[in-house]
Amino acid sequence: MAKGERKAGGKPPAPADGAVDRIPGGDAPAGGFVQLLTPDGEHLGSVTTADGTTYSVDFTDEEYRGFYRDLVTVRRLDAEATALQRQGELGIWASLLGQEAAQVGSGRALRQQDMAFPTYREHGVLYCRGIDPIMPFGLFRGVDQGGWDANEHKFNGYTIVIGSQTLHATGYAMGVTMDGKTGSPDGEAVIAYFGDGATSQGEVNESFVWAGVFNAPMVFFCQNNQYAISEPLERQTRIPLYRRAAGYGFPGIRIDGNDVLASYAVTRAALDNARNGQGPTLIEAYTYRMGAHTSSDDPTRYRIASEVESWKAKDPIARVKAFLAKQQVADADFFAEVDETARKLALDLRERVLAMPDPQPVTMFDHVYPNSSPEVDAQRKAFDEYHASFEGSGH
Amino acid sequence: MAETITLGKALNHGLRRALENDPKVVIMGEDVGKLGGVFRITDGLQKDFGEDRVIDTPLAEAGIIGTAVGLAIRGYRPVCEIQFDGFVFPAYNQIVAQVAKMFYRSKGKVRVPMVIRIPFGGGIGAVEHHSESPEAYFSHTPGLKVVSCANPADAYTMIQQAINSDDPVVFFEPKRRYWEKGEVELEAPLSGAYPLHAARVLRPGTDATLLAYGPMVRVALDAAAAAAEDGRNLEVIDLRTLSPVDYPAIFESVRRTGRAVVVHEAPGNLGIGAELAARITEECFYSLEAPVLRVTGYDIPYPAARVEEDFLPDLDRVLDAVDRSFGW
Ligand SMILES: Cc1ncc(C[n+]2csc(CCOP(=O)(O)OP(=O)(O)O)c2C)c(N)n1
Repeated sequence: MAKGERKAGGKPPAPADGAVDRIPGGDAPAGGFVQLLTPDGEHLGSVTTADGTTYSVDFTDEEYRGFYRDLVTVRRLDAEATALQRQGELGIWASLLGQEAAQVGSGRALRQQDMAFPTYREHGVLYCRGIDPIMPFGLFRGVDQGGWDANEHKFNGYTIVIGSQTLHATGYAMGVTMDGKTGSPDGEAVIAYFGDGATSQGEVNESFVWAGVFNAPMVFFCQNNQYAISEPLERQTRIPLYRRAAGYGFPGIRIDGNDVLASYAVTRAALDNARNGQGPTLIEAYTYRMGAHTSSDDPTRYRIASEVESWKAKDPIARVKAFLAKQQVADADFFAEVDETARKLALDLRERVLAMPDPQPVTMFDHVYPNSSPEVDAQRKAFDEYHASFEGSGH
Repeated sequence: MAETITLGKALNHGLRRALENDPKVVIMGEDVGKLGGVFRITDGLQKDFGEDRVIDTPLAEAGIIGTAVGLAIRGYRPVCEIQFDGFVFPAYNQIVAQVAKMFYRSKGKVRVPMVIRIPFGGGIGAVEHHSESPEAYFSHTPGLKVVSCANPADAYTMIQQAINSDDPVVFFEPKRRYWEKGEVELEAPLSGAYPLHAARVLRPGTDATLLAYGPMVRVALDAAAAAAEDGRNLEVIDLRTLSPVDYPAIFESVRRTGRAVVVHEAPGNLGIGAELAARITEECFYSLEAPVLRVTGYDIPYPAARVEEDFLPDLDRVLDAVDRSFGW
C-alpha cells in the first residue's frame, strides 16, 4: 500500500477543527450544546449561544410538575410496551427509553395547529399531542399498519423506511406556505423527526435542500441517540450533525437531548421562527438510546456496559425530579401519585392491547385503492369463496 | 369543435384545464416552469398559473415525489413530471414504499391523489437512460394505478381523469408520439369521456387480437392494416390501463378471435405481456387456437441509438408473430 493510502474501512482523519462529536461516556460534546437543566437538577435560567440567541424558560410550578408527569408517564408506558413484547403480545417494540426529554420537550413545544412527522419511536411526542397512547400499538402488535388519520391527529403515520418522512414533512410545509398559513404568530409549523442514522439518507439530505430553497416552515428534529442499530455516530458523519445545516443555508443547533427544558425552549423558538416565515431549523438533540434498538436487538454485541452506565447519570427524568425537590414544589406524595397514575395508565393500556382483536383475514383486501380495483375485488371474492368452502370456516 | 393537435399539445391542454378547474392541482418537476419541460408539455403554464402552481423543483426525483406526498397529505393534488423514464429510479422508493401504501397503511384515512407523469419508450435516437420502458415495475406494485395514452384525444382526457382520481396514478406518455397529431374535442365535458381504466378496441377484427399500449399502438395499427392486405382481419386493442388491466375487454376479444399477440417495447421477461399471456391462457384456454405470443424488446439493456430500430418491435416483427400464430 502506498504511503498515505488508507485501508477501506479505516479511521478517517480527524476533522480539521478537531470537533469530535461523540464522547463515549456521554460528556457534553465538544462544541457544547444548549442546556437549561443540568443533570444535577440545576436550572440555568437562560443560555445565550455563540450567535447571540438567548433561550430561556420560566414555567409555573404546575407546568414544571407537568413536564415531570409527562416524562414519567411516557417512560412507564414504554416499559409496559417492552413487557408486552416480551410476553409475546407485540411483534416488536421500538423503545424510547432515554429519549423522553427530547420527545416531551419538543412535543410540548408544538402548538395545536402544528403538524408532526414521526419515525417509529416518537411515542412520547404522540402522547404530548394528546393522542390516546394505544394508537400505534396495532402496528407493533401486527393487527394493522398504523391506520390513523394524519390530519385528524396532526401526527403523520409512523414511517419505518428511514428518512422518507422528512420529505413528506417538507412537502406538507410547502403546502402550509402555499395556503398562506405562515408569516404570523398564529401560523402553522411542521416538525420532522429522524435519527442520526437517517442523516445519511439521500432523502433526508434532499429534504434539507428543499426546505432551504422553499424556505419551508419546519423544524428538522434529529434525535442523535448515538446509534443506528449497531452503528455508532462516527459511521454516519465526520462533523457534528447540527453543523450540516450550514451547508443547506439554515441554522443548526445542538441541544442537550436529555434536558426537557432545552428541548422545549429551542424547539418552541424554532417552530415560531418557522411559522413567522423565517424558514427551517435543524435541531440535533444529543441523547442516548438506553435500551436496545428494538426488542429484536442485542446491544451487548456492539457497546460496552460502562458507556450505558455513564449515560444513566444524565437521566432525563432524574434531573427534573431533583429540580422539583430542590425547589420544594413537589413532595414525596406528588412523586408517588405520578407513579401511581402512570402505573394505572399502563395497566389500562395493557388491557386494551390484549383486547385488540386480530383482524378478519379478508380485511387485508381493504383500502388498496380509494377507487377500488376490479382485480383486487375479484381476488377478495375468490378468497372469500375459497375459505367458505371449508366447513366450519370462521371466515 | 374538434381541433387537430399533437399528443404533446393535448397533454398541455389537459394540464391547463386541470389547473383551471381545481386550485389544489399543482405541477412540479425539473424544468417544468420557464422552460415548459424538456418536451414542452407544460409550456406556458407557469406564466399563466404562477410559480406556486407550476413549480420548478430542485434536481432530485425522490424529493419531487416525497414532497408531493406531503403536499397531497396537506390536500393538494400534485402532478409530478419525471423528466425521462430512466430517471424515475431515485424516486422508486418513494413511489413504491410511500405513494403506493399511504392509503392502505392508514386504513383509508390518508389519500395521496397524485399523478406521476413519465415520458417513456424509445425510438427517438436518444442517449442511454432516455428510452426505457419501466412500466412493469409500477404495474407490479399494489396501490398504484398505471395508464398509458397512445393518441392525442386520449392524452387530453386521460391526464385530466388521472388528476381527478384519488388513486395515485403513474401516467406513461409515449414520448416518440408526442408530435403525432389527432383530433381532440377540447370543449367536451370530462364526465362523458371514455373511462380511464378501460381498454379500447381501435380496430375491430375477427382473426386475431393485437394487444398494445403507448407507443406500440401505432405499430399494431399499421400491422393490422398491412395484414388486411393479406386477407387477415386483425383486431387491435389499446390497453390504455396497465394496472388494473381491463381483462374483461381482452377476454371478450380473444374468445372471439382465438389468437392473441401482445406487443410492448419493454423486455419480455416478466413483463406486461407475460402476465397477459398467463391470464388469457387461464381464462380463454378453450378458445385459443394458438399460444399467446409476445413481441417485445429483448432481455438486454436498452441498446445504443444506432441499433434501437432492431430492438424495438416493428411492423415486420408483429406480422411475423401473427404468421406464427396462424401457423400453429
Ligand atoms: C431505508 C431503510 N434501511 C434500513 C432500515 C432498517 N433499520 C431500521 S431502524 C435502523 C437504524 C435507524 O437509526 P437512526 O436513524 O439513528 O434512528 P434510531 O432507530 O436510532 O432512532 C435501520 C438500519 C430501514 N428501516 N429503512
